[in-house]
Amino acid sequence: MTMASRNQAPGASMFYLLVAIGVLMVAAGLASMHRLEALGHAITGMSNQVVWGLPHVFAILMIVAASGVLNVATVGSVFGRAEYKSRAPLSGLLSLSLLAGGLSVLMADLGRPERILVAATHFNFTSVFAWNVFLYSGMFTIVSAYLWTLMERRMNPWSKAVGLVALVWRFALTTGTGSIFGFLVARQAYQSALLAPMFIIMSLAWGLAVFLVVQAAMYAWNREQLPPQIQARLARLLALFVIAVGYFVLVYHVTNLYFARQTGFERFILFDGPVFPVLFWGAYVLLGTALPLFLLLSPRLRGPRAMLAASLLVLGGAAAQLYVFIIGGQAFPLELFPGYAVTSSFGDGAVAHYVPSLAEFALGIGGVGVAFLCTTIGVRALRFLPQDDVVATEPRVVAIAGGAQP
Amino acid sequence: MDARIRSFLARAIATLAALAWALPALADGSAVLGPEVLIENPGHCIAPAQEMRRNHPDMLKHQRDITVHAGTRGARVSLNACIACHANRSNGSVLGSSRNFCQGCHEFAAVRLDCFECHQSVPDKPGAAATPLAMNRP
Amino acid sequence: MSQDPAPSSAARRAALAAGAAATGGALLAPGLRLVQVAQARSTGEGADPGVRWGMLIDTDRCAKGCSRCVDACASENGFASGIDLRQRPQWIRKIEIKEVRTGREASLPMMCQHCAQPPCVDVCPTGASFKRADGIVLVDRHACIGCRYCVMACPYQARSFVHEPVTGQKPDVPRGKGTVEGCTFCVHKIDRGASPACVQACADEGHRAMVFGDLNDPHSEIAQRLRAEASKAVRPDLALDPGVRYQGI
Repeated sequence: MTMASRNQAPGASMFYLLVAIGVLMVAAGLASMHRLEALGHAITGMSNQVVWGLPHVFAILMIVAASGVLNVATVGSVFGRAEYKSRAPLSGLLSLSLLAGGLSVLMADLGRPERILVAATHFNFTSVFAWNVFLYSGMFTIVSAYLWTLMERRMNPWSKAVGLVALVWRFALTTGTGSIFGFLVARQAYQSALLAPMFIIMSLAWGLAVFLVVQAAMYAWNREQLPPQIQARLARLLALFVIAVGYFVLVYHVTNLYFARQTGFERFILFDGPVFPVLFWGAYVLLGTALPLFLLLSPRLRGPRAMLAASLLVLGGAAAQLYVFIIGGQAFPLELFPGYAVTSSFGDGAVAHYVPSLAEFALGIGGVGVAFLCTTIGVRALRFLPQDDVVATEPRVVAIAGGAQP
Repeated sequence: MDARIRSFLARAIATLAALAWALPALADGSAVLGPEVLIENPGHCIAPAQEMRRNHPDMLKHQRDITVHAGTRGARVSLNACIACHANRSNGSVLGSSRNFCQGCHEFAAVRLDCFECHQSVPDKPGAAATPLAMNRP
Repeated sequence: MSQDPAPSSAARRAALAAGAAATGGALLAPGLRLVQVAQARSTGEGADPGVRWGMLIDTDRCAKGCSRCVDACASENGFASGIDLRQRPQWIRKIEIKEVRTGREASLPMMCQHCAQPPCVDVCPTGASFKRADGIVLVDRHACIGCRYCVMACPYQARSFVHEPVTGQKPDVPRGKGTVEGCTFCVHKIDRGASPACVQACADEGHRAMVFGDLNDPHSEIAQRLRAEASKAVRPDLALDPGVRYQGI
């Protein structure tokens, strides 16, 4: 492994091109936000039945992935796995970038984004959203501190303690994100205690997928290669997380199918609904779970390129899964009168149709752009490329070096 | 920093400071630096003008919390009362031009008016702008 | 913030006296007591925590196809919208229901149920969605950031989000783009001693399917009827203790 290619990006022109792309994406988001502010949400496909649309899909995907991507660092710091230690700084940077991106979309989609100061000063602590104000801003602080302990040599001894705080904090944060939905007693798609742990597992899978994509890009641009045994380990870990997510989704749907009162909703999501069955079975199950598992575990196919493809597919499946979860959950009508067929002027008894608008898509892209810019500028400015030649890949060696008994 | 740049900056700042101090004196003594707002029913407000100018945001905010959350009606401080009394006779509103009561000062001070996103800027009874409120005794 | 700019306090007292006389007449006249009128509070008095406002709806009297309550609400609260129907405000709506097994049909108005345990109040991050001392669930639009979490949380789909810039608001009903809103039981009217617009319209139309009053007052029309006749809440399994109850379903 050559020590010559220490620069984090292959050249200034490529860097500026990437920054330009990022700026364009953010500009699209800002333009959309401006239009929303002037004309209101009437320009979106949202309605009084589907109040959280495509921007929330983007935002929650990024926020959940932000929590999970830190797992790579945690496994290194808290659990002492050496090959993850070298990856910890990149994982921390991605966590901050994704969190910034996701929160930007959420704030831009508010009906009154200029009132964010009200949200920061008036708290109703029975609301998960109010807790999230502290959890998310605390996350920024803690991950920044964690990065500092990782990258500032004299702070290294603190990295385990701060890493532990970060681990607990992000579990609380992701539990909170899942509970946003889990606490909603009104809707058949939600109102479940299962959602909190499900979101934790999803964060691990999506976070690792994002990490692998970014890591692959960085290695490609620096013309370096991921050591095969680390690549195999990461691929197996992603496969494990994808299976775990699949398990939770299976339990969620099977339990729902068991309850007679939930059968209508399940039929809507899995078989009848306009677009949700296609997204669930085709995009999430087939392309987002089965195919990546095949790519990661099949002896013939597996390898770095298969891992990259699998990561991208997992992320696509995640987006589809969130779309079905968030929008499908709202599109299905609330059941006010069980046993009755219901009609009204406000969409009672009828499936709400939602078509995402360009404004919403641009808003989501703006958030992705924020994350993209933060990552691109960060890796250019500081040393984030994982350096495996200076780190022992066997934990036993590290333990002996630390003076522990063999 | 380079010594020449430092001395240049020092001289530039000194000049600007002197100008800022001196310019108002160069202006026409009769021109007042303030908005030209037409105030209907001046001098009859619930508090002296200077106090109103300084404190009206806090008065309104404090009272709105009481009215909305506690349900207390008929307070001295009332946005609808301000509008009813001070709306311009020309267009019957507190908005519309730089001479209107709310808009004029807010434009001058460059403070965004958020109230009228939700609140109506005309009095509930047309023509009420002509009459000062009896309760607003000085 | 509904301060009537009366020309003089003497005239205002006279108007109040006339109103009180009319109210007394309405209360005493038999058959007209279906419209339980709130007592006007004096200036400076807040919402009374001993009162709990509620509504009783007799679906047998509710006429299919009639939407007087909906129209009255729209006109009282100043709705004027040209956007997509699904994005327009709807604080009260008529629901036509048909029991699948028996074919029995009924019609009823559905609005914010003003629950004693409102999920919308639990989930609001800024506390903008709140329950007043007299049981009315309101949105403090000054604090609302437009996150729509309460819209997600409401089991009755009672909340609307304002999708467009609003002009021509009624002075007693400020409402604007980017905030969430819902039925207020015409709080500006009941604080003056009148009854909600929907209840009034239904009574004027002759159906008298809606009764409004103080659930905590054992002598009120609504309390007496609830004690004597069967009624139910919508979604009783959620144990939200709504202030609106229905008969005939």
